[in-house]
Amino acid sequence: MIDRRNFLKYAAKGIAGMSLSFAAIDMLNPKKLFANKSEKSPVRWVFLVDTYKCVGCGMCVKACKKENEIPYDANVTRTWVERYVITKDGKFHADSPKGARDGFITNKIDLGLEGYKDIKNENIRKAFFVPKLCNQCENPPCVQVCPVGATYQAPDGVVLVDRTWCIGCGYCIMACPYGVRFFHPKYRTAEKCNFCYHRITKGLKTACVDACPFGARMIGNSKDPSDPVTKIITTERVEVLKSEYGTKPQVYYIGKDEEVR
Amino acid sequence: MKSHVFRPLWIVIGLVGVVLIARLFYVPKDFGVHERGYMYGWYRKGNIKDWENVKIKYQGSDYCKNCHPDKVESISVTPHAIIQCENCHGPAIDHPSDPPKLTIDRSREQCLRCHYPLPYPTSGRANIRGVDPDTHNPGIECVMCHNPHKPSLEGLK
Repeated sequence: MIDRRNFLKYAAKGIAGMSLSFAAIDMLNPKKLFANKSEKSPVRWVFLVDTYKCVGCGMCVKACKKENEIPYDANVTRTWVERYVITKDGKFHADSPKGARDGFITNKIDLGLEGYKDIKNENIRKAFFVPKLCNQCENPPCVQVCPVGATYQAPDGVVLVDRTWCIGCGYCIMACPYGVRFFHPKYRTAEKCNFCYHRITKGLKTACVDACPFGARMIGNSKDPSDPVTKIITTERVEVLKSEYGTKPQVYYIGKDEEVR
Repeated sequence: MKSHVFRPLWIVIGLVGVVLIARLFYVPKDFGVHERGYMYGWYRKGNIKDWENVKIKYQGSDYCKNCHPDKVESISVTPHAIIQCENCHGPAIDHPSDPPKLTIDRSREQCLRCHYPLPYPTSGRANIRGVDPDTHNPGIECVMCHNPHKPSLEGLK
């Protein structure tokens, strides 16, 4: 015969057990963990940079900061341009003052706290500009390390950050071998270039591609064989940054030199 | 089952249950494993739409041409045709309603972005004519003499 004490005990246990529905332990389902990759996207966004064409005007950086509402005077930017100067004595110098937001309007190399280094034009062996932006890697290390699923790779290859989900731990900023991630000073979440996702998904080019007067930046779809960018990547000599990391970056460079990392 | 060893175990199991139930309500329905698998595709699907809905600010020259065809035409026959209107005039956003007037960047620094002489071999910069800003009429805006929509010397004011 069940007494009142035991009845209440069993009833409480039973209700607790029933309310723990199977949906709650859904995340332990191995079938979903190894989700099938059947939903193939017809688009894979890739980027191409021609460093011969870049003149270091920094219009791309200015446009990017305004288009994507990155605080203009804060020293953070989704894209930037680096200047490389290799002198005849074999030394190499590089700078990117304010990410080249205002271009390069002096021949002095910005060494940060060490001041400026004046290099005479006749001592230059080679010098060029290299725009940098997120490589939207095929194996993005920044996504692997996110403990909460706030950063992820969209089906079209672009790596995005969910600002409502990011806890600001900064693992992704440490994990990126290219240093493209930073904290957004206003939203206080991880921030990165997303190929102007709001523009490319509406058929427009990214703000930096549109702003470049010299055609040094191009964006395309590598799954479309007739795409001009895809044609160049598949038929011409192009290089990626830090291929030794195995991240399979999807920003390709024409005229990348060994000093560029 | 009536053992002091099991008592903390029930508490732990209870706590796990509470967490799982809280998770059921807190985690959005579209959060889960998507196309790129668990390692790269563990996210809230609605966020893709959030990013697609970001406001476009740079509208492009074709947008400008709708109302200012004369200006777009005049610059299109000059070497400055490659420069987008908004590079100097600023992002159009919803102009003319918002903002009603664009702020033009007429600074010397704006011109020097390309016209500061940096004769770097293997860079297109070497092919652009430049001036030394310290000796070429320092202190006054370039547009006082030069017309950016007609940069040749015939366009001098």
